[in-house]
Amino acid sequence: MDAFRRTSGRGVRARFDAPEAVLLRSLIEQVVDLLTDPDAAPPQQPSQPDEQGGPGTLPERPREALAPGTPEVPTSAELEAMLGMGHSAQAPQDPALARLLPDAYRDDPDAAGEFRRFTEQSLRSAKQESARIVLETLPADGGQVRLSGEQAQSWLRALNDVRLALGVRLGVTEEFEEQWQELDPADPQSAAFEVYAWLGGVQESLVQALT
Amino acid sequence: MSVAPSEVALPESGERTTPDKPWLTIVWNDPINLMDYVTYVFQTVFGYPKSKATKLMLDVHHKGKAVVAAGARESMEHNAEVLHGYGLWATVSSDS
Repeated sequence: MDAFRRTSGRGVRARFDAPEAVLLRSLIEQVVDLLTDPDAAPPQQPSQPDEQGGPGTLPERPREALAPGTPEVPTSAELEAMLGMGHSAQAPQDPALARLLPDAYRDDPDAAGEFRRFTEQSLRSAKQESARIVLETLPADGGQVRLSGEQAQSWLRALNDVRLALGVRLGVTEEFEEQWQELDPADPQSAAFEVYAWLGGVQESLVQALT
Repeated sequence: MSVAPSEVALPESGERTTPDKPWLTIVWNDPINLMDYVTYVFQTVFGYPKSKATKLMLDVHHKGKAVVAAGARESMEHNAEVLHGYGLWATVSSDS
C-alpha cells in the first residue's frame, strides 16, 4: 500500500493494491458477522388481530379490556427494541466479541449487566457502521482511497476492531514479535501473524496522517 | 473541547439527594492497542493536549491502568461507551 497521508482539508488518502484490498475487505466483513447479534429482536411488525406473541413477548393483550381510543400498550419486547435495549446482560461467550463489547464495570456484575443492556446494541451498530464505511470507500480490487475526516475516524475504529478480534484469536501478547518468530513459517498461524502486523502498520499510518 | 463538567444526576429512588460522589473512568492496558492510537483517542475524546494524552497512555502502558476522567457517574459511563467505540477497555468505578 501507499501509506496514508493528509489531503487538503481534514481528509486523508492512501492506495491499496488488489490483494491488500481483498484481504482487508474480507477481515472487515468477518468483523461485521462477528458483531451481528443472533438473538436480536426481529423487526417489529404492526400488531395483527389474533397475532400470537413470539418468544420474549407478553401474552396477547386483552384488547376487549381496552377502552376505545386507548393507545396500544407496547409489549416489553417492543419497548426494548424501541429503546435499543438488549436482553443480554452477560458478556459474549466468544472472547473476540467480548473484547469488542467489554464490561464497563469490573467488580460489579449487576452494574455491568445494566450498562450492557442499555448500550450493547448501539455499540454493535456503531461498529458495524464504521465497518460499512470502510467497505464503501475501499474499492474491491484496490486502488486509490480518499477519505473525509469523518470517514477516516470510521476507518480508524474499524481497523482497530479488526486488530482486536484477530489479536484475541491469535492470543497475542506484548511480545507478539517473539511469538511470531517462534512459529514455523509454514505454519498458517505465521501468515495470520503477518496479517496482524500488516494491519498494525496500516493503522499506525492512518494515526500518523491524522496527527 | 475540554472535559465534560460534572453533572448533577437526578436522584434515583432510594439514594440520598446529594450529588454523586466522584466516579472515575479508567482505561486498562491491553497487548493489542497501539500506543500512538491510544494517545490519539485520549486527545480526540477528551480534548486533552498531546502531552497529557501521552502521559495517560504511558501510565496505562506501564502501570496497567490510568484514571482518564472523574465526575458524575453518567458522564463516566458515557466516556466508557465512547472509549469502547474506539476499542479501548474502559471501566467505571467509584472514587473511594
